[in-house]
Amino acid sequence: MPTPMKYIDEFRDPQLARKLLEEIGRKATRHWTIMEICGGQTHSIIRNGIDQLLPDTITLVHGPGCPVCVTPLESLERALALAGRKEVIFTSFGDMLRVPGNARDLFMVRSAGGDVRIVFSPLDALQIARDNPAKEVVFFAVGFETTAPANAMAVYQAAREGIENFSVLVSQVMVPPAMRVILSSPGNMVQGFLAAGHVCAVMGYAEYEPVALEFGVPIVATGFEPVDLLAGILKTVELLEEGKADVANCYGRVVSREGNLFAQEIIKTVFEVTDRQWRGIGLIPRSGLGLRKEFARFDAETKFHVTNIIAEESPLCMSGTVLQGLMKPDGCPAFAKECTPQHPLGATMVSSEGACAAYYKYHHHIS
Amino acid sequence: MTIAPLCPLPIMQHETVQMAHGAGGQLSQSLMQRVFMPHLHNNFLDLLDDQAKLDLPPGRTAFTTDTYVVSPVIFPGGNIGELAVNGTVNDLAVGGARPLYLSAGFVLEEGLPLVELETIVKSMAEAARRAGVMIVTGDTKVVGKGQCDRIFINTSGIGCLRDGVSLSCRNLKPGDAIILSGTVGDHGMAIMTSREGLSFQSQITSDCAALNSMIGAILDEAPLDIHAMRDPTRGGVAATLNELAQSSSVGIEIHETTIPVKPDVRGACELLGIDPLHVANEGKVVIVVAPEKAGQVLDVLRSFDPGRDAVIIGSVVDDHPGMVVMRTLYGSRRIIDLPVGEQLPRIC
Amino acid sequence: MCLAIPGRLLERTVENGLNMGTIDVNGSKTRACLEYVPDIKIGQYTIVHAGFALKIIDEEEAAESLKLWQELIESGAFDADEELPSPESL
Repeated sequence: MPTPMKYIDEFRDPQLARKLLEEIGRKATRHWTIMEICGGQTHSIIRNGIDQLLPDTITLVHGPGCPVCVTPLESLERALALAGRKEVIFTSFGDMLRVPGNARDLFMVRSAGGDVRIVFSPLDALQIARDNPAKEVVFFAVGFETTAPANAMAVYQAAREGIENFSVLVSQVMVPPAMRVILSSPGNMVQGFLAAGHVCAVMGYAEYEPVALEFGVPIVATGFEPVDLLAGILKTVELLEEGKADVANCYGRVVSREGNLFAQEIIKTVFEVTDRQWRGIGLIPRSGLGLRKEFARFDAETKFHVTNIIAEESPLCMSGTVLQGLMKPDGCPAFAKECTPQHPLGATMVSSEGACAAYYKYHHHIS
Repeated sequence: MTIAPLCPLPIMQHETVQMAHGAGGQLSQSLMQRVFMPHLHNNFLDLLDDQAKLDLPPGRTAFTTDTYVVSPVIFPGGNIGELAVNGTVNDLAVGGARPLYLSAGFVLEEGLPLVELETIVKSMAEAARRAGVMIVTGDTKVVGKGQCDRIFINTSGIGCLRDGVSLSCRNLKPGDAIILSGTVGDHGMAIMTSREGLSFQSQITSDCAALNSMIGAILDEAPLDIHAMRDPTRGGVAATLNELAQSSSVGIEIHETTIPVKPDVRGACELLGIDPLHVANEGKVVIVVAPEKAGQVLDVLRSFDPGRDAVIIGSVVDDHPGMVVMRTLYGSRRIIDLPVGEQLPRIC
Repeated sequence: MCLAIPGRLLERTVENGLNMGTIDVNGSKTRACLEYVPDIKIGQYTIVHAGFALKIIDEEEAAESLKLWQELIESGAFDADEELPSPESL
């Protein structure tokens, strides 16, 4: 009955996957630790049980590439404050609604009367602003480089059309600075990276070349389907075995070296590079994006004076250690005890692609 | 000549629901006459008594109630009225009862267009006719604008239990086959993709259907060998299987490749990052049956329209009691957990 | 991060001055902004993330990588009928 989904099902072929697994087993002559940066890849790996199928020589550690997980508590508390305001319609991707702040999440704000709406595209949030001129529409602009073009376009378009009742709460982060933090950590075990394919779709992979060179690690742009992931792992193993710190592309149908120049152009027009807090990790210099001054009037934090809201994280939560690949989720003393998806201490347990949630969901009972 | 002043008469012909429609006076009566009775009338309702007086067949009686809230109230493939009838019919049927009588209680929001109400009432009547049940008593209340979302409906249902069947979620035995009567996720994705703000122009249709004749037929076929049945509504097949595994303290193993999903439902699930096993169904049933009768039950299911895609998705096992494990396409295993809260579209 | 799903462009429109399109994802239709893939033609596949088309899928590259992996299969002593590997540890 099922019709194959083009560009998905070919890359879920179990026979191809099996062959790639065998090939990885054959190529790996010693133990290698590889990090998949992207939470979407973590989700796919755990969901399909790829970690169970890999030979013992390969350890996958899960990286910080989940915007839900790394959005700092401070931004979240500001979001909660904004969402509770009478004049505000607060719009967000569905991912952010269950992420706990200190005491509340966006669902709780909604149940207390806040107008919180889920959108699929930032342009939908802009449409809500057009439709509700008497309201202030705030969009929670979270994301890595993949989502930056979408978030940037909403702001750019608001400026072009003069939609002044629209603003964004920005929590945009970037992959390469986080990789540098991980690689610079004294406890680092990561020997090679699967770079996030959809980040690379926007940014290309040239920006990883200096990282590979500086730290002597191979970096392979990789897709999200099981066959893509295994091909990426195989390539990384090959490079590791050959001692090559190269950047390679295993997601050629979507990724090019230069990336999407149209998208990069609008990111540069709307955003500038800034320092950013990462939840669980802390401040990473020049790791995020903020609105340029030409677009500063669309900054919800200054528009509604919420920059004074600051927040501290739970001391029990070790998500920072997990996000840097220094510990597996089930190594955390709070895992599945104080911290569960029903009562998450940190964001890695909330987002479906958070490493802790993925472990809890698919794993912990049988392992 | 003098003109006698005319007192303005109250408007009696409204296009939308007014507070007075629920106040018990003339407008209440007009709502009954204009909207409800033309579609729902039967020997019981026509008496306009405060209660229905029923003769029940001898034997045990099943009784159930459910309240329906859905947004949008009219969705591709059905509406809240049809849902309220079919849902309660199915709740009776999966327990091994023949559904007979339903009650219907309405909470209407002031300002609800009467045409919309009539559409809903009309399809309730049609759904009841199709399922072979009668709506024998009812009630209507009106609340102020913003105090409910257009319309809420409660339906309760009475059915007579069949002799010689014993269905319970505590009855699962290792070796039993798990049958799913069709594709997963149709209803939930029809609702989600028809909501505003999600950029969808999709026409996924709800699977909303009464299953009592189909369920009656499989119980005729294998009265003693069907051990349990559940309709996988909220929380989807994942929640139902977990409830069954937990109640019987057995494990359930299912196979990823066997789960039927309609192409457009799958497309929407992929795009929104949602697992179809977590999505609600309104015209499906999960059946736990002794393995030697599974083939016969499957044949009977497939002879009914809502069961045409019925398939065995797994079995009851001794291992991992209380847990549902899926064998993936790649031979690995993963836990199918209870979904946490409502399904949210995600971008990551 | 970043769920992005391939879909096929069915038609183009202009909304509020932006190039938009209807994308078919396995029979489900969604709207996406096409500003970042101005050269896309009807019938071509693109990946969609958060309502934006981010890249026209390179059909030749896709076929090429599949061919490459297929050759791996043919080169090895691979028995297609054999049971898939299953982890012993479970």
